Amino acid sequence: MNEAPFVIIGAGPAGLSAAEILLKSGAHVVLIDRSDRLGGQLTKQTHMFFGSEKQHASKRGIDILKLMVDALSGYDNLTVHKETTVVGMYKDKTLACLKGETYFKVHAQAIIVATGASEKALPFENNDLPGVYAAGAVQTLMNVYGVKPGNKVLMVGSGNIGLIVSYQLMQAGIEVVKLVEAADSISGYLVHASKIRRYGVPIEMNKSVKRAIGKTAVEAVELWELDEHWQGIPGTEEMIECDTICLAVGLAPLTELMQQIGVEITFIGELGGNVPRINPRFETSVPGVYACGDVAGIEEASSAMIAGKIAATHALLNAGIEVDKAESSLASWRQELQGLRNGPHGEKVRKGLEKLGVLS
Amino acid sequence: MIEKTGVAPSALVKKEFPEKIVLKKPKAVIECYKDIPCNPCETSCPFDAIKVPDDINHRPVIDFEKCTGCGICVYNCPGLAINVFQLKDDKVLMKIPYEFSPLPKIGKQVNVMNRAGEKVTEGVITKVQNTKKHNKTALIHIEIPSAFLYDAITIEVKPHEA
Repeated sequence: MNEAPFVIIGAGPAGLSAAEILLKSGAHVVLIDRSDRLGGQLTKQTHMFFGSEKQHASKRGIDILKLMVDALSGYDNLTVHKETTVVGMYKDKTLACLKGETYFKVHAQAIIVATGASEKALPFENNDLPGVYAAGAVQTLMNVYGVKPGNKVLMVGSGNIGLIVSYQLMQAGIEVVKLVEAADSISGYLVHASKIRRYGVPIEMNKSVKRAIGKTAVEAVELWELDEHWQGIPGTEEMIECDTICLAVGLAPLTELMQQIGVEITFIGELGGNVPRINPRFETSVPGVYACGDVAGIEEASSAMIAGKIAATHALLNAGIEVDKAESSLASWRQELQGLRNGPHGEKVRKGLEKLGVLS
Repeated sequence: MIEKTGVAPSALVKKEFPEKIVLKKPKAVIECYKDIPCNPCETSCPFDAIKVPDDINHRPVIDFEKCTGCGICVYNCPGLAINVFQLKDDKVLMKIPYEFSPLPKIGKQVNVMNRAGEKVTEGVITKVQNTKKHNKTALIHIEIPSAFLYDAITIEVKPHEA
C-alpha cells in the first residue's frame, strides 16, 4: 500500500468537503492553506446560502464553515498546515511548501487542487489610486477584520458578488452610492438586486468607470455609458463623489501550480478563463492530480462542496482504496450538482462544461 | 425591466398577492421572480404550504389556504424575498425580514419604502422578533396605512455617520 498522503491544496468549500471524504476512508490527509484560518471565502460570507438542505441552504457561510471544520475534528489521520503556501509542484507529486520562512516538502500519492480563484481587475485611468478595491478584498476587510474600507462606495458589477457585497457594505453602515453594470441586464440573482434596490441603491446598466479622480486617494469617479461593443460613449460622462471604487467584475481560476507540472490547461470563457482539462472524475490530464471548486471553473460555493466530495471519492477509488457505498454516493452527488446547474443561472457553466466535454 | 433595475413592476407584484379578502388573515407573499437553485422556503414551512415543484430551480408556489402567515419562511429565505401581509381595518400589518443594526424599537415611527427605495408612507413598529431560531434575520412587524399594500416593502435604512 502507498503510504504517501493525499494532499489537498486550499481549505475552502471544495477542499474541506474533499478532506472529510478522504478522512472517513482512513487515508492520511494533508490539508494546506495559505491563510491563518480554514474556510477560504466562507470566512467572510455572512449571508444565507442558496441551494438545498444538502448544501446547508439558508445557513450563513460562516456557520457552514464551522460545520465543515467540525466534521474534520477527531481524525488522527489529518495534518493541517495553515499559513502555508504551496510554491512548487513537481511531476513526481512532490510539493514545495513555504510556511513563514521555512520551506518543506510533502510527497503525495494524489493531489486535490482546490486553490479557488483570484479577482479580475478593470483597466481605467487611475485604477491604482488607493480606494480602488476588488470586492472580495472589501468583504475580507469588513467581515473578517472589522475594518470599514471607506464611507461612500461605487460598486462595479452586478454579479452575485457585487450585489451581496453592496448589501454587506450597507449592513456595515456604509453608503453605496450606485451600482453599475457594463452588460445590459443584472447578472446575479434578482432577489439580491431587489434587496439593495429597496434600500435605495440605484442599479444602472450599460455603464462603467471611465476614470477615478483624486490626488492621493479616490475622491470621485467618472462614469460613462457603454455602446453595444462595450465602448465608452463620449458625452455621457457623469461624475460621482465617492471614496471607494469596488470592482466585482469576475473571477479567474488559480491554475498556476498545475501548469508547473504540465497539466493541460484550456481557455473557456464561460468557466472564468484558463481551466484544467478535467474528466468527469475531476481528474486532470496528469493522473492522480484532481481539480475541484472555482479552480476548475467559477461556480457557487454549494457546487464546490459537492465537487470536492466527488473528486475525493474518485481519488480514493483510483488509488485502490475501498469507499463505502461509492457508486450510490457518486450518483446522488452528480444528481445534486446537475440540479444546481439546471436553471438559467447555470447556463454559462453548462456551456463551459460542454466545451470541456464533461457535462454530466 | 426588473432585469435592469431590480425593481419589480407593480403588475408583477400584484400577481403574487392573493385576493384582498384572503388577506383578512396574514399570508406570505413570495417575490422570487426568476428561477434560481434554492428551496429553503419549501423545507422551512411547517404547514406544507410552499412547493418548489419538480426542479430546485423552479420558482416556489404557495397555497394560501395552507399558509398561516407565521413568518418562518420570511427569515429562512436567503434572498429575503418573502414578506407577510395582513389587512386589518384601514391598516396593513407587515412582517419583514431585517438584517441591520441597530434593530428598530417597538412603537417607533419609521419611513416605509417601496421597491425602488423611495419613501411612500410612514409606519409604526409593533413587534420585533429576533431569537436564536431567527438566526440574525429579525422579523419586524410594521403597521402602515392600507392604501400602501402593494407599494410598501421595507423600512428606511440610513448609512452610519462617517
